[in-house]
Amino acid sequence: MTLAEHAARYPEVWRKFSPRQTLIRYAWFVGVVFVAVWSIQNLDITWEYFLDAHIQAGDLIVRMVPPDWDHFSDILDPLLETIHIATLGTAVTFAIALPVAFLSARNTTPNTVLWAIGRFILVASRSINTVVWALIFVAIFGPGAIAGIWAIAARSIGFMGKLIAEAIEEIDHGTVEAIEATGASRLKVLLIGVLPQVLPVITGTTVYRWDINIRESTVLGFVGAGGIGIQLYSSINQFQWDEVAVMLLAVFGVVVISEFVSAAVRQRIT
Amino acid sequence: MLQITDLVKQYPNGFRALHGVSVTVDEPQVVAVIGSSGAGKSTLIRCINRLVEPTTGAIVLEGTDITKLNRAQLRQARRRMGMIFQEYNLVERLTVMENVLSGRLGYVGFWRAFRRNYPADDVASAFELLERVGLGGRHDTRADALSGGQRQRVGIARALMQKPDLLLVDEPTASLDPKTSRQIMRLICALAHERGTPALVNIHDVALAQSTADRVIGLREGNLVFDGKPTDLTPAVLTDIYGEEDWSATIRKDDDDEDEEAVAARDNGHALDAEAYAG
Amino acid sequence: MSYPTTWRPPSLISTPMYRYGLWAAVIAYLFWSMGALEIDWHRISQGIPRAGNMIVRMFPPDFSRSELLWRGVIESIQMAFAASFVGMVLAIPLGLCGARNLAPAPVYYVARGIIVLSRTFHEVIIAIFFVKIVGFGPLAGLLTLIVASVSFIAKMIAEDIENMNMGQVEAVRATGASFPKLLIYAVQPQILPRYLGVCIYRLDANLRHSTVVGIVGAGGIGMTLSATFKRYDYDFSLAILITIIALVFIGEIFSNWVRGKLR
Repeated sequence: MTLAEHAARYPEVWRKFSPRQTLIRYAWFVGVVFVAVWSIQNLDITWEYFLDAHIQAGDLIVRMVPPDWDHFSDILDPLLETIHIATLGTAVTFAIALPVAFLSARNTTPNTVLWAIGRFILVASRSINTVVWALIFVAIFGPGAIAGIWAIAARSIGFMGKLIAEAIEEIDHGTVEAIEATGASRLKVLLIGVLPQVLPVITGTTVYRWDINIRESTVLGFVGAGGIGIQLYSSINQFQWDEVAVMLLAVFGVVVISEFVSAAVRQRIT
Repeated sequence: MLQITDLVKQYPNGFRALHGVSVTVDEPQVVAVIGSSGAGKSTLIRCINRLVEPTTGAIVLEGTDITKLNRAQLRQARRRMGMIFQEYNLVERLTVMENVLSGRLGYVGFWRAFRRNYPADDVASAFELLERVGLGGRHDTRADALSGGQRQRVGIARALMQKPDLLLVDEPTASLDPKTSRQIMRLICALAHERGTPALVNIHDVALAQSTADRVIGLREGNLVFDGKPTDLTPAVLTDIYGEEDWSATIRKDDDDEDEEAVAARDNGHALDAEAYAG
Repeated sequence: MSYPTTWRPPSLISTPMYRYGLWAAVIAYLFWSMGALEIDWHRISQGIPRAGNMIVRMFPPDFSRSELLWRGVIESIQMAFAASFVGMVLAIPLGLCGARNLAPAPVYYVARGIIVLSRTFHEVIIAIFFVKIVGFGPLAGLLTLIVASVSFIAKMIAEDIENMNMGQVEAVRATGASFPKLLIYAVQPQILPRYLGVCIYRLDANLRHSTVVGIVGAGGIGMTLSATFKRYDYDFSLAILITIIALVFIGEIFSNWVRGKLR
């Protein structure tokens, strides 16, 4: 075969995508960029503030150093309170999320109405941020840790409930069938056939959510729901940046430790 | 004992798995149910304890028509039917003992089940059964640490814990290697005979069915096409059940390799299997 | 032959002392933490009628100030879109630097440090700082969400790269390809689908977070919501909450749909 014959048989250039595919890819790309540009342009942004941002930021950092360690003993109690709020909030979540998860899983729900209610609880809980939940509970219980615990629980139910419900929907159905075949009642089937299968997921998500909740509970004080956030917010408002620096370092320490603990526990149970 | 009359099962998608099957088991015998995949073997077995709801027909076990029962009565009836599954269907994360005792779930209260606090008689017979199926001493092992054959032994013990009037056995050996398959099948037959419990066994392996069962029934496309002694399984009958094929190598003329296997089992310390074979 | 008549399941903790000790510790913790929280039970007992009162005042939800509502919602959506876009672009270099198998050790530690630092602090804390630096308004919120998005996406990219198949990288390297070519030919095809999935997920997450940065004055619907609580305008609060739930729900459906397509 001569070179000319080769050239006739094969195209000269090779493209991964057909022109149509290329067009669609570019259209997506242009669309995404367009939406992003439109969004930024339409935001009511005063760009002048940007001009001296580096000065402001530099000023903040200078004021933060050196951190004021004299007040460290004052923040120990709020720090502990933060951890308590996260832990107790997670405990409340555990007690509520478990039944809701069983309602929201298609294979364990008693009926469609309860399933829909369970699903609604999960969606509503997850859509509203912990801080927004805290606003609501502060209005109900007044400022303090109780509002914080309930806010943590209200947001976490959706998170844990969804993950556990998904795990329940993925269990081995044969095992459930075998327990049903022994003549066990519905509740006993859940206890022996379903629960052992999802137990690792339940403990894993609980520990994981506890770790997230530690981080969340550091800001609950901004809306009055207890924890270190109260001191942090007041120090910021009083421009006590050296105190703020100490609190941020403390928060950083607690969050890193809790993340470490949570990862270690989860590694052990799986 | 068990009387199935005109059993029909039509699935919601319109597929008719059983076209009026009638079977009577009136003595404690092991009945092998053979037929190709999709012939309705599994549907038949599952209709009996209503894991699959029968469409029409009657299933009478010891005088009760199971198809007429409500949920609570069905649970009572299920306690009297032990079931053994192809995939063992154990609760993998629980111990062997918890799995065996789960056969008593129909009898103990929720709180006792939660506390794993079973009556003394149940615990004793669970230990006895574990020994009988060859798993003595393994009661605290988690089920997911066992081999396939061992898991099926736990499955057998769980079914027998119910002290059933009938054993429903769905492809007990399809997930096992040939040697283990034979041991398991013999164990099931031996136990059924020992306890005078009739057993309905779905099985793919025609040769194994022939050598172990007391009676064979054949299903083809949801119809009963054979019901008789294992020795009556001729090439013509098998063609009737499965379709045209050369059957000469499948049909067992003699149980010639069994002595050898029994010896091998004893050598491996599986005295129980030899015993199962003897019984 | 007689068999044992009792059996207890083997316990997770074999020593009874430790087992009961753990229970005792849990109970002690509960008492200690509840005590430490200085809970005002009287105030809480008032909470139930208060909650009832609040619910009564929430109904019917007040959608009449729809212009205010929509302005906030659209601002939140724009913040989410813009932050996701900037985040997905900036996350690529940071993610590459944070992958142990591609980046040299000093670069790796710096990149990982940035990721850990910005992930440790809650969005609201970061938002406060941006409010102090660039003033009240959506710019602070936008910057907050960008920081959160970059660190999140970069962490995912770095982990994906670390888990990718090194055989393919070696094969391309063996052809004599330069580092950028290596990225395009061996790395990008392996991580692209998950990267896009993570970006879409982040869009969905940004939508949820954009409702909260407003509480410290960083723009979006959260600012409006927080104001309604201060003014006890609970019927308007409920209208906003319903809108947020609907918005997040739609966003989640969209995100699942796109991620399904990418698979």
